[in-house]
Amino acid sequence: MSFINYSSREINCKIVYYGPGLCGKTTNLHYIYKKTNPDSKGKMISLATETERTLFFDFLPLALGEIRGFKTRFHLYTVPGQVFYDASRKLILKGVDGLVFVADSQVERMEANVESVENLRINLAEQGYNLDAVPYVVQYNKRDLPNAVPVAEMKRALNPRGVPDFEAIASEGNGVFDTLKAIAKQVIMELKKGQEGG
Amino acid sequence: MIGSDLVMYDEEFKLIDAELQRLLSQSNAKVVFLVDKNGQLIAATGETENLDTTSLASLTAGNIAATGGMAKLLGEKEFSILFHEGQRDNIHISIIGQRVILVVIFDQRSSLGLVRLRVKKSAEILGTIFNQLLQKVETGKGPSKGADSPFAEITDEDIDKLFG
Repeated sequence: MSFINYSSREINCKIVYYGPGLCGKTTNLHYIYKKTNPDSKGKMISLATETERTLFFDFLPLALGEIRGFKTRFHLYTVPGQVFYDASRKLILKGVDGLVFVADSQVERMEANVESVENLRINLAEQGYNLDAVPYVVQYNKRDLPNAVPVAEMKRALNPRGVPDFEAIASEGNGVFDTLKAIAKQVIMELKKGQEGG
Repeated sequence: MIGSDLVMYDEEFKLIDAELQRLLSQSNAKVVFLVDKNGQLIAATGETENLDTTSLASLTAGNIAATGGMAKLLGEKEFSILFHEGQRDNIHISIIGQRVILVVIFDQRSSLGLVRLRVKKSAEILGTIFNQLLQKVETGKGPSKGADSPFAEITDEDIDKLFG
């Protein structure tokens, strides 16, 4: 649910990074944070455990610039990936405008990926959203690992809808901004549609 | 379109800002701000210069969301007031009209009793303004359908430009 402020001429949108534990959601945000001009970003907030596992969420506000005179801000959130944090995951999805699913390419994590997409679908439905209708992109992360599943196979298992998808090595930044750009584009186009449609 | 977007117009923004300023002075608070339940900062007033209000807004919404989750587990609809006491500063958080969150930060120059009293009064006024805003959005009387809409002529190029 975006926030359009005609008074201060601002548009704020919420993008959530979803995926199984240790797939690289926080790593995506860290890389974006590292590579963004200090003027365009706020502080990155991580509510994590002592071992740096996400406990509640990471939050990174990004001010990307202006569209037609409106300052455009994206608020990036991650969810905690570990299975037992499901109650927290549901909360983060409230008011989401766009979703990035980060998949772990390692063969032993394929089951966790599939479970996580299913979990996303269920949690979204609880909020009244349909995963097949929301702005959505998929990222196949950790492509550099030797046990990575072929992309074609990952597509079949995780992206039957054929949404934009990207190969990534988030720790090195490969594919991180392509993913962000793709979801930002979808979110803004969705806003445009919403406004036109009334 | 996912859900209904929160839209803010100049007229209501001024009314909200004025009410927040009134609350700030009447409750002797340091900072007063308003956040929507999804973590978007709507308005802020007071000593905000050295305060990361964007992060505070996001964490406030997270806090309310987590507390709301606890409420549900107990069979409560929501916990409408939260209070955090610090050594120097305190935070009073309340939900208005089930949609927005009013946050008051205050120190020893004020008191919890005073803040609660003033918040109650302001909550009614803010609630009315938000109802008015919602009606305006629903009936499409705002400028969003008019020529002022930033979305009407958006192109792929505009979006590409955002990323340099």
